[in-house]
Amino acid sequence: MEELIRRCEEIVRDVSFPTVRRWKAEHPEGKAIAYFPVYAPVEVIAAAGMLPVGLHGAGDRLEIQHADARFGSFICSIVKTTLELGLTGHLAPFDGMLFSSICDSARNLCFVLKRNFPELYVDFLHLPHNPESASSRAFLRSEYARLKAELERLAGRRIEEERIREMIARYNENRRLIRALYEWRAEEPHRIRAWELYVLVRAGDVLPVEEHTALLREARAGFARRQVKPRDSIRVVLESAFCEQPPLGVIRLLEDAGCYIVDEDLTLGRRWFREDVPVNGDPLQALAESYLDRSVASSVRHDWRYPRFRALLEKVRARRAQAVIFLIAKFCEPAYFDYVLFKRELERAGIPHLLLEFEEKMYTFERLQTEVETFVESLLFE
Amino acid sequence: MTEYRGWIHQRQKELMQRWYARLDESARTGWPPAICLMISGNCVELLEAFGIVPIYPEVNALQLAIRHQSLEPILAAEELGYATDNCAYVKADIGAYLMGLTPSGGRLPRPTLVLCNFVGCNTYIKWFEHVAAFLDAPLYVLDVPFLRGAEPSPADIAYVVAQLKELVHRIEALTGLRFDPDRFRDAVRCSQRVEDLWSRIKHLARREPSPFDAYFDAITLMGPLYVYRATPEGVEFFERALAELEAKAARGEGVYECERFRVVVEGPPPYPYFRAFRDMFARWGATAVASTYSTVGGIWEFGFRHDPDRPFETVALHMLAHNLTNRNYLQRYDQIRRYVEDWRADGVIIHFVKSCRLFSAGQGDMRDYLTKALGVPTLYIESDLEDPRYFAEAQIRNRVDAFFEALERHKRAGQRRIAV
Repeated sequence: MEELIRRCEEIVRDVSFPTVRRWKAEHPEGKAIAYFPVYAPVEVIAAAGMLPVGLHGAGDRLEIQHADARFGSFICSIVKTTLELGLTGHLAPFDGMLFSSICDSARNLCFVLKRNFPELYVDFLHLPHNPESASSRAFLRSEYARLKAELERLAGRRIEEERIREMIARYNENRRLIRALYEWRAEEPHRIRAWELYVLVRAGDVLPVEEHTALLREARAGFARRQVKPRDSIRVVLESAFCEQPPLGVIRLLEDAGCYIVDEDLTLGRRWFREDVPVNGDPLQALAESYLDRSVASSVRHDWRYPRFRALLEKVRARRAQAVIFLIAKFCEPAYFDYVLFKRELERAGIPHLLLEFEEKMYTFERLQTEVETFVESLLFE
Repeated sequence: MTEYRGWIHQRQKELMQRWYARLDESARTGWPPAICLMISGNCVELLEAFGIVPIYPEVNALQLAIRHQSLEPILAAEELGYATDNCAYVKADIGAYLMGLTPSGGRLPRPTLVLCNFVGCNTYIKWFEHVAAFLDAPLYVLDVPFLRGAEPSPADIAYVVAQLKELVHRIEALTGLRFDPDRFRDAVRCSQRVEDLWSRIKHLARREPSPFDAYFDAITLMGPLYVYRATPEGVEFFERALAELEAKAARGEGVYECERFRVVVEGPPPYPYFRAFRDMFARWGATAVASTYSTVGGIWEFGFRHDPDRPFETVALHMLAHNLTNRNYLQRYDQIRRYVEDWRADGVIIHFVKSCRLFSAGQGDMRDYLTKALGVPTLYIESDLEDPRYFAEAQIRNRVDAFFEALERHKRAGQRRIAV
């Protein structure tokens, strides 16, 4: 069990992308398409015989030497480390990169990459922000059809509808297992450490889906066999680190300071849908409708029919959490904005919360630790 | 230094005051209805067809900044939980709402609808969600697909047109007013005429010397452009503005006694220090002959016009493809390139504003393109468009001076590539 988690941690940390290189060696004709957080219709990519790879910047594994000059002050780190990956040759295993309408910095990065790496297929998906409008479904379907045509051009072959349906089924299974692990973790949080679940789920970003599904099954069985006693911790929901990822040390620190993390939005793209995507009928339509009507709440998806602050409150209640910790990447504007309405809603409901800021390149955590410990103590001895 | 201040400035003031008076009337009497709208690529023609008055939070925010009133509402918003690194336009606007502060001193109405025309700027959606939440008003996000290729696709256009038609029904239901297609066409016709006049004004800046500054003076013209584009008052204003500037051009008058440098400016201005910033360029006799900021609301100098024979479709096209914010970053590089070449500029000033990542994220790469690929001299400076705490006056002045000194030397020597 510990070995499996250690392997996942290694895969997740390695910015030379060994799993992608291995897959390409095994599939000489295959192409790898990376996507910037948070969500991408991976089923369409996989149906083209390509490997979809979730890219989360370079974390603390790469010194920023060139990208600072291109992106300047007040811009988040993940945008810079992603460009740095490109400028230092780390994106070599990839044939393409996808972006979507999550924020202004990421969108500009898409086009900066396009200029600097003309040999890469770089594309921008417009994921709709008006699910209230019936026309958004037809639009998103056409956007996915456009992506499919681009991938067909890149692959030099057609993508069969049946193949997309098959991939939907495989990813449904994968997402179902992840959802179940999250449910279980919320029930018995002492059995799965948050950082373990995090690396386990995130490993799916860089592995073929079948391989990751097998890994999830093995891990589920391993966790169940564990003999561990419950700790004296408070139940918290972790929110706002949906794009740039905190160092593992920060997640460990939260637990060591006395938090059971009973839900978070760290690797949200891997469990993007609340329920299965339908496997019957037009697969692109099914993916489009699922995105608009069956996605999880996220700071990068706007749906005023069901505001995100209400979704957060319901998540807190469903997980029986005692508090919310906002873990916001420095300069992440969508998270900063959402914090204001989240905070208002939590305060109305009398739910304690704490705001922490992080950077993926963070090496000392003393200040964070003090803040969390003080917060936890205030709740434990209330 | 003969900075031009004539009829245009006077009339602009009157028009803006009249707009605030209408908003005040709406707040007091409930009529006409008012709808919140964004400046970039918007559908104000549709509102005009209903006789609805637009509320522009961006204009309110910049008016507060230019009057040195933005810091207090910014701090009020930060008190509420906004981060120091959130867009200060939003903070000033939300803070001002909560404090009851308005640029005119009059009242602002509670919007009948908060209409977020989402054209590229993600902050727009967050901003208007917050306005809707704090004012307890209904929200409609008109989702405009980002321009990811050279032109919008038929699916992009169909999606926007479908939403515009939904919006018509929504406004009818909220106000009890009936949509009048003839009035809509009239509004679109006014826009078409204003765009034509505005475009001709912008092309006057190709003359040497340019009769107006296409950054600082353009901002004076942008108020009426945005608030009155789809109205007869707008047409009248721009007809007279064009005549006045044409007469100036015919006399061979420039912005300054001697036009020493012609520059293109990228990025919004530092409104809290608008005058000080302008003076930094004035002392060098540097005229902006084109600017990207003046195309946030629409890009018309390259030929696009609204068309009364295709009102819905051209409103959609304007929102999709003919405004700066919904066009992609590389298209902006190209827009600047065209300005440099066709408006014969000596260099480009890049003003990074901390508030606006849409404008600023990646400007280092833009600079790399301009200097290395095009060989155009560039100056890169940083401050903010709304928050007075981020303007290091002496430092910026030093950089501006160093740039023009170098530019002068290089102009004399016939060299181009410099970057400060």
